[in-house]
Amino acid sequence: MKKDKKGKVKVYLRNNWQLYLMLIIPVIYMILFKYKPMLGVVVAFKKFNVFKGIWNSPWIGLANFQEAFTSKDFWSALKNTLVLNIGDLIIGFPFPIFLAIFLNELRSEGVRKTTQTLLYLPNFLSWVIISGIVTQLFSNSGLVNNLIVALGGESVSFLSNSFIWRFVYWIMGVWQGAGYSLIVYLAALMAADASLGEAAYIDGATRLQRIWHVTLPQISSTITVLLIMQIGRLVNISFDRPYMMGNTLVRDASDVISTYVYSVGLAAGRFDFATAVGLFQTVVGIVLVFAANAVIKKMGQEGIM
Amino acid sequence: MSAINSKNERIFQFCWTAFFIIITCIAMVPILRVLAVSLSGKNAILAGKVFILPVDLTTEAYTRALQSGSFVNAFWYSIVLMLASTVINLLMTVLAAYPLSKKGLVGGKVIMTLFVLTMYLHPGVIPEYLNVRDFKMVDTVWALIIPGALSAYNMIIMCNAFKGIDEAIYDAAKIDGCSEARCLISVILPLVYPTLATLGLFYAVGRWNGISDVLYYINSSKYFTVQMVLKQFVESINVSVEEGLQTNLVAENIKAASIVISMLPMLIVYPFVQKFFTKGIMVGAVKG
Repeated sequence: MKKDKKGKVKVYLRNNWQLYLMLIIPVIYMILFKYKPMLGVVVAFKKFNVFKGIWNSPWIGLANFQEAFTSKDFWSALKNTLVLNIGDLIIGFPFPIFLAIFLNELRSEGVRKTTQTLLYLPNFLSWVIISGIVTQLFSNSGLVNNLIVALGGESVSFLSNSFIWRFVYWIMGVWQGAGYSLIVYLAALMAADASLGEAAYIDGATRLQRIWHVTLPQISSTITVLLIMQIGRLVNISFDRPYMMGNTLVRDASDVISTYVYSVGLAAGRFDFATAVGLFQTVVGIVLVFAANAVIKKMGQEGIM
Repeated sequence: MSAINSKNERIFQFCWTAFFIIITCIAMVPILRVLAVSLSGKNAILAGKVFILPVDLTTEAYTRALQSGSFVNAFWYSIVLMLASTVINLLMTVLAAYPLSKKGLVGGKVIMTLFVLTMYLHPGVIPEYLNVRDFKMVDTVWALIIPGALSAYNMIIMCNAFKGIDEAIYDAAKIDGCSEARCLISVILPLVYPTLATLGLFYAVGRWNGISDVLYYINSSKYFTVQMVLKQFVESINVSVEEGLQTNLVAENIKAASIVISMLPMLIVYPFVQKFFTKGIMVGAVKG
């Protein structure tokens, strides 16, 4: 019996050893570059000393978190993160849905394809490039001010007024990201059953009724998934976009958690404190994803988990 | 749909086609503006005469931008870096995804779960930095290749592509005496070519556009990517905004020309690969 089992293992390994060989490098990579750094978060609970390293630095409990929660800069970064992300949610989220629904109603394949292709293009530009484009558009000598002046108006300082800067940030977000979401929604609509819409049409439904009662429900699960993911990311913010789009005059609006972690951690060398801020962000982020998922499931929709 | 030619329907189609053409044109304005400035004469730009078409057409800005040694070097270095890291990324992705796509692989599920968890559990910038430092990779080109060598998300997409292949093909290859490696290289990879191309392009775009890891890990300018050099050009305007002065450290048209040159690889490749990207998104979207 025992021998039989051993034989089976031998046969299994003889047939599959190449598969395990393939896995070795990715698994080592995963352990060293994904899981090992996770241990590094203990720095958040230590007074980090470069010479002593992560493990020999003394524990200080929650002192780094206490310092963060009493720091004005931290709250300002958190507030800005939320404000910029909520703005993205309100301004950027519905727009591609609207585009997808009406683009889907168009009969001309050519218009559909061209719109899709061109709107998706900015997705391939880096935020460095986009921030360069932003100055070309919104600086004092930029396109928008050229137009305002040519029409006899006063030029507006779009990039040095925090309030207006936020709108520039949101608009460029739509410009960069709408094409991607548009394609996701269009894909969902293409996968949906077209005969339902036709049936509704024959039954005398108006176009708006069809959109509301047939088209929207067909993509509601895609909308939900994207919504959960975006709500889950409310406290997470990419680094490139606020970092590249911000400037010294709008720091009070553009300093967000990711840039704050960078400036106190890597630029100023306070590794322990910055790790604590980053850890706070990760934990709140995970809680938010679960919460959003639970709420949406309660509402009778399918979640992502 | 029926009654396609009713008058209402025709008006609807006309209005919304016009709407989408306008939206698309507006979306292209930022790019046209940069092109226009890059091709215009200095004086016309300063006088505010340039809108979205070049005035006093000249390619002087491009010649000047290409005279900047740091920019040109960074450009070619970034191209090589992009190609190398794409190859490594794809290799890692396939090596992980192929075994994990096999249903009966003992331990496969556990390893897959561990990979999936990495999508949610981010240790954060600093622990990752300390880790890269542990491996003595700070300020080397490896810091830009190794830490991002495998994306769990892309690996899952690849894995699904492998799973989508008919079992019979595997069996046929086996009966013909193929080993697993042989089977993967000569039979399976050609079949998942579209997914492979899509992921390769995702990786390439990510590397070309990435700036944060260069900022985190690289100090010496010889390892600066084109985005990093461009960042320095672009930021010279922020200084002048701050001082309320128009003292351009880098002239406006040269800046625009550098932006256009940095966009070029993406703009050239985009029309050809756009179809793949659309497909790639759908694969990801269906997975959710």
